[in-house]
Amino acid sequence: MLYSVGKDSAVMLHLARKAFAPGKPPFPLLHVDTTWKFRDMYALRDRAAAEAGMELLVHRNPEAEAQGINPFDHGSRHTDMWKTQGLKQALDKYGFDAAFGGARRDEEKSRAKERIISVRSASHGWDPKAQRPELWRLYNTRVAAGESIRVFPLSNWTELDIWQYILAENIEIVPLYFAAPRPTVERDGVILMVDDDRFKFQSGETPVERSIRFRTLGCYPLTGAVESEASTLSDVIQEMLLTTTSERQGRAIDHDSSGSMEKKKREGYF
Amino acid sequence: MTSAFHAYAPDALIATDIDAYLDTHAHKSLLRFITCGSVDDGKSTLIGRLLHDSRAVFADQLAALEADSRRVGTQGQNIDFALLVDGLAAEREQGITIDVAYRFFATEKRKFIVADTPGHEQYTRNMVTGASTADLAVILVDARKGVLTQTRRHSHLVRLVGIRRVVLAVNKMDLVDHDPAVFETIVAEYRAFASAIGIDEVVAIPLSGLSGANVVDPAPAMPWYDGPTLLAHLEQVPVEAGRADAPFRLPVQWVSRPDLDFRGFAGTIVGGSVAPGDPVRIVPSGRTTTVARVLNAGREAARAVAGEAVTVVLADEVDCSRGDVIAAAASPPEAADAFVATIVWMADTALVPGRGYLLKLGTRTVGATLKAPQHVLDVDSGAQLSADTLQLNDIGVAEVYADVPIVFEPYEQSTDLGGFLLIDRATNATVAAGMIGAPLRRAQNVHWQSIDVTREAHAAQKGQKARVLWFTGLSGAGKSTIANLVERKLHALGRHTFLLDGDNIRQGLNRDLGFSEADRVENIRRVGEVAKLMADAGLIVLTAFISPFRAERELVRSMIPDGEFMEIFVDTPLEEAEKRDVKGLYAKARQGQIADFTGVSSPYEAPEQPELRIDTTREGAEAAAERIVEQVLGIWSYEL
Repeated sequence: MLYSVGKDSAVMLHLARKAFAPGKPPFPLLHVDTTWKFRDMYALRDRAAAEAGMELLVHRNPEAEAQGINPFDHGSRHTDMWKTQGLKQALDKYGFDAAFGGARRDEEKSRAKERIISVRSASHGWDPKAQRPELWRLYNTRVAAGESIRVFPLSNWTELDIWQYILAENIEIVPLYFAAPRPTVERDGVILMVDDDRFKFQSGETPVERSIRFRTLGCYPLTGAVESEASTLSDVIQEMLLTTTSERQGRAIDHDSSGSMEKKKREGYF
Repeated sequence: MTSAFHAYAPDALIATDIDAYLDTHAHKSLLRFITCGSVDDGKSTLIGRLLHDSRAVFADQLAALEADSRRVGTQGQNIDFALLVDGLAAEREQGITIDVAYRFFATEKRKFIVADTPGHEQYTRNMVTGASTADLAVILVDARKGVLTQTRRHSHLVRLVGIRRVVLAVNKMDLVDHDPAVFETIVAEYRAFASAIGIDEVVAIPLSGLSGANVVDPAPAMPWYDGPTLLAHLEQVPVEAGRADAPFRLPVQWVSRPDLDFRGFAGTIVGGSVAPGDPVRIVPSGRTTTVARVLNAGREAARAVAGEAVTVVLADEVDCSRGDVIAAAASPPEAADAFVATIVWMADTALVPGRGYLLKLGTRTVGATLKAPQHVLDVDSGAQLSADTLQLNDIGVAEVYADVPIVFEPYEQSTDLGGFLLIDRATNATVAAGMIGAPLRRAQNVHWQSIDVTREAHAAQKGQKARVLWFTGLSGAGKSTIANLVERKLHALGRHTFLLDGDNIRQGLNRDLGFSEADRVENIRRVGEVAKLMADAGLIVLTAFISPFRAERELVRSMIPDGEFMEIFVDTPLEEAEKRDVKGLYAKARQGQIADFTGVSSPYEAPEQPELRIDTTREGAEAAAERIVEQVLGIWSYEL
């Protein structure tokens, strides 16, 4: 199970634990690490895996590590090497036949046509024209040697469904989703959090304390925060419902060009 | 221009009392519906309009939409709502939707999932896919064109997958001057047709996706219409409560054994309800017991109903595994190995009657073959046409034969136990969807006769292990020659063998078969069954058949216990086999005197991972035979 420590991952892990209770889910968790996640994310990751009693596999792309690829100096190469290439490496290394992911169809237009069970070639490519029809609740999970499948159990959940379920089931999520005073820098209209001393300041920048929270979580230098006072779950949901921009706006990756997510997916981005 | 368009606007209750709002939202029902229409009916525009007018579009998405509309839109300077739903880059370029896409939105009253499917090529495959999970269908008609062939086609398909509620959306009313007479004529014609094909409920709404009339807000231009708007109707139409009143059915998905003291059966209930103490029957075995505990997410539950995922603990240690169904003891479902089913063919390669496919129904996957269809449905007229096979997007009725009895219910009673997929053994593609009508024969009284002298005992008496050495390759490759040598060597070593040769079998057992693709498939199936019986008798069976299709060789492999089947690829290039042409067959085939000749006018699918490959351009028959014998005996030397 691909576990990214975000709220969707938290829900997916929770569902898996419920489905297999009183036993444990018979598969490990895989975190494709970029070394640039928020510190709070690493803390929750280790705690959640231990609580579930599941094995946690952490993969870091050794080439990216050797070359010191980072979001400050390498732009979109950072995402490509750590995440896209890192994921491919990890799946190849462990030879999984199937990997669960927390993607939802309502996130982005190209995801609206994604299957719940999606077949990927040996090179992890996705061909949107060669997808298997999915009828009723029947899923064809057969693959040839080398091929693998991605399974998206949350396909039909909306963002509100996710929040509602977190509330109903009292699921622990990363504290960064809740507003708190945090050291920040505003750059090109985006509020970035200074999460550790690797943050590279540009000339004239000094950290300013703001009450912020995050709508989505990724690598901290690439994830925009929103100014907020919402410190409880219902406050957060209220704020989410009152905002008039879509959830993924905070992520730089989707902004490259219209249709860029589909391009990334063909190349193997989850 | 922008002022005419409104982005997402939140419910007032969100700001004033978020907890009350969340409580309401948590209890909203979900309606899944499908929209059907042909390319020009304005379907994507209507869905885009529905999303926009129900304020499900965020400000940033609206801004992107406005920019896209100017760049690639078809509405001049106006917003092209179709761009909201036409997702993939390839489609945007072609200006068509090519697959099933799912959209999500919610209003104050209900949550919705819309399946959007294209209206032209692949329509059957995609529509059936989208409709299989829908409660209701919105069928679009262009007011200028009225009820068309496509309208009837869509209605037939909708009815076929079991949808009984239809909204007839008469679109583009603005282009017929909002004329009530136009609307009434279309509605009258459609109602007569719909009731004839068994669609119980039709609600007709005159609207315009482009202007938004009667989509979300009532249309001042059509004061003569006093029915609900499309959204209002979707908000209030009853959603089927589910199958809670039906007899209990739990297809077992997984046997949970976290420790030695616990053994539970996990799955999603597809019918009825279950409580501790209920008497249940395991089908197909027929064993009865009672339910000891019902666990929902690991917690004890007093009762669980259809739709819930549970783990059930039984009072007795009965044999029960994935694919079995735990059912109400008093009214268990049937098991059968032969049915009549409606098949929707979804693959580019046509059905090959007699070929072994995989059939997935509920949590069970078994081997199955189909006969040639009894008839194919003309979805435009509803007429039944005769056909030898099923092509992409064909819908036909055919007899299905499963390798073992499977638990089922007619599709009309249960989509969960009546709908199935057919999967190609070689490519793993989903090639068809099926809906079970009725069993052909009752399998409950037919049991496999258990025999005291087992297959292992047969082989042990002969001091050997049973094997099937399956030689495959082109005509003239040297299969019979090498197989014959191998048999002589094994026989000389005191092994009990039998050689099944293609030409010889075709003069007896299979003399009714020709060389069409279907007959070739049946030829190999029969040889496979004979080889299996002989292997059961403890023999080392050698078969020498061209067996050109991968799917049939995989079928035979699946019939023989693991490790006993050895695929031996006698690899002679076509040029070489043709040069040898021992029987003069290639020459005849090239002159057109033999139809469907492998390598010339019919394909040969070479094995991808044979147990042994013999390259006859490098290795003589004697040496190859020696190597095969060594390999076979080598395996035995440590097994015995």
